[in-house]
Amino acid sequence: MSEIKDYLPIVGPGVIDELYLLAEKLKGKIVQNINSTAVGGGVAEILTRMIPLLRQLGVDARWDVIKGNEKFFSITKKIHNALHGRDEEITSQDLEYFLEVNHKNAQEIDFSGDIVFIHDPQPVALVDKKKEIGKKWVWRCHVDFTEPQTKIMNFLKLYIEKYDCAVFSAPVFARDLTIPQVLIPPSIDPLSEKNKELPQEIIDSILEKFGIEKKRPIVTQISRFDYLKDPLGVIEVYRKVKKYVDCQLVLAGGGATDDPEGMKVLEEVKSAAAGDPDIHVIFLPPASDLEINALQRGSTVILQKSLKEGFGLTVAEALWKAKPVIASAVGGIPLQITHKYSGILTYTLEGTAYYLKQLLNEPEYAKKLGLNGREHIKNNFLITRHLRDYLLLFLSLYYEGDIIYL
Amino acid sequence: MNSGPFYFYTRCHLVRMLSLKATTPEELLEGIKKAPLSSIYYHTHRFLQQHHYLSPEPPNDFAFWLSNALNLKELGEAFASVDTVRFKNIEELRSKFISILSAYLSSGRPPVYAPRGMEFHFLACTTFILPTRYVAHNLKEFLEIISKISIDSLYFHIFEAKMRLEKEENDFTYWLRGVGEEKLAEELSRLDPYTMTLEGLRQKIISIVKKYV
Repeated sequence: MSEIKDYLPIVGPGVIDELYLLAEKLKGKIVQNINSTAVGGGVAEILTRMIPLLRQLGVDARWDVIKGNEKFFSITKKIHNALHGRDEEITSQDLEYFLEVNHKNAQEIDFSGDIVFIHDPQPVALVDKKKEIGKKWVWRCHVDFTEPQTKIMNFLKLYIEKYDCAVFSAPVFARDLTIPQVLIPPSIDPLSEKNKELPQEIIDSILEKFGIEKKRPIVTQISRFDYLKDPLGVIEVYRKVKKYVDCQLVLAGGGATDDPEGMKVLEEVKSAAAGDPDIHVIFLPPASDLEINALQRGSTVILQKSLKEGFGLTVAEALWKAKPVIASAVGGIPLQITHKYSGILTYTLEGTAYYLKQLLNEPEYAKKLGLNGREHIKNNFLITRHLRDYLLLFLSLYYEGDIIYL
Repeated sequence: MNSGPFYFYTRCHLVRMLSLKATTPEELLEGIKKAPLSSIYYHTHRFLQQHHYLSPEPPNDFAFWLSNALNLKELGEAFASVDTVRFKNIEELRSKFISILSAYLSSGRPPVYAPRGMEFHFLACTTFILPTRYVAHNLKEFLEIISKISIDSLYFHIFEAKMRLEKEENDFTYWLRGVGEEKLAEELSRLDPYTMTLEGLRQKIISIVKKYV
């Protein structure tokens, strides 16, 4: 597990000093995180990294997990899909059961925190405990909230509005709520297996393992096999460019083997790629972070041609490695890329091919984009910025006004 | 006149979302009128702080949106060219944007709409100000500290002080006048911090102060 001092060479002493200064102001306050799972999934991954770092800074951060059975989690899965805009049938019995499990958990949890920090919709109704025990309550939404189903949104709103504050990942997720809403984008950890520096030999050996030639340009898209990531469109882009530049294409990603749609997409991608030895379709098992890191670092240009995206942190991962990135202007991607400064934003397949050709032919320009991109990620999307935002969020609960002197 | 030591501070922003958005220039005008001052501040200074390494002349968010989401290049340029440094406070800056947009809208242009997903979302910020461990008792120490303070601290003393806190000048020039460095203060006050990167600004300040140490 990384220590706070390990980030010093990356972000500099000013940033680390600032974290300690802010943490000092929270002395004596307990921050109690509550979510629905201790392992697996993005939220657990973030908390696993964040909580030890907050503690090292001197913040008394704690973490509790709610209990639920299969029935509860099948309902929360439906809620999750509906928030993503999918047409899900959620019955009033489902909602009643959802509340029953939340209220049961509320009776069992020891609410030791001065700040109760609830993550995602599963435990949202714990807030009903607020009128009994008081304290500061914050709801952190990690879900893409662009087009939630109205019915489920209205249901959740009844609970969200009981909190002191709600936190979202992108401006586009802002809702019409009566409580203050804070913007805290997600982050990447520069010291994780997926993002840490790698010796050239490891990068080379992983490229070799997958039969990728190091001497010719490598164009890569890392994402799970999903229509929304448009892997077939990426192959078309490659074919348009291949006429002019002798490049290779890498489509690598994981996916749940029990996801029938993912397997179907993988098969379609494989058959679209058949017969071209320069297209490498790589299905990665879970825990392939090192391979992803090496493939990104070994690439000449990285694509993220998604049709829809939540935040799209694979873009930040690629930019952190100072790679030139061409990505669709969807979801949180425009927050990570400023067109022609720190990468390229495109809207069409043709546009993607046009810019890909340009970046492959103009390595100096491509390099500049990559370096600017890395700087942007360093300043705005590393875990240290995320920690600072959380500290500010906690402090903000105790102050009023636009300017606060600490 | 203050002649004590110079205490270096730093500042951090927590970004707030306002549930206020615009899809047309008309809605942008309404939003600019309605939004709190901290929102106008955020949208005119965010680009500077987030992209300070990129471009010496960062556009504000309004200019960027008008040019890129609505494709109104002329109006976008009018917004980008607003000379932010001339304005003593955010309210005056807001009035300037209102007058540009009102003039544009009264000229009877065809309606334009931002594509779906590219609406302008009004944001605002809460600014936290806190002391750092650096204190300068004289010009020599001032010079030493300037080279190692964070960019946030530099930003605070140059931009926050002057505009958001409605001071006539920045904290450095104010202190320098107090300790009798009138000529140096005068030279620093002629810098236009909005037309250089923060790192470039730091180097410029260092090179000017060096002449007086």
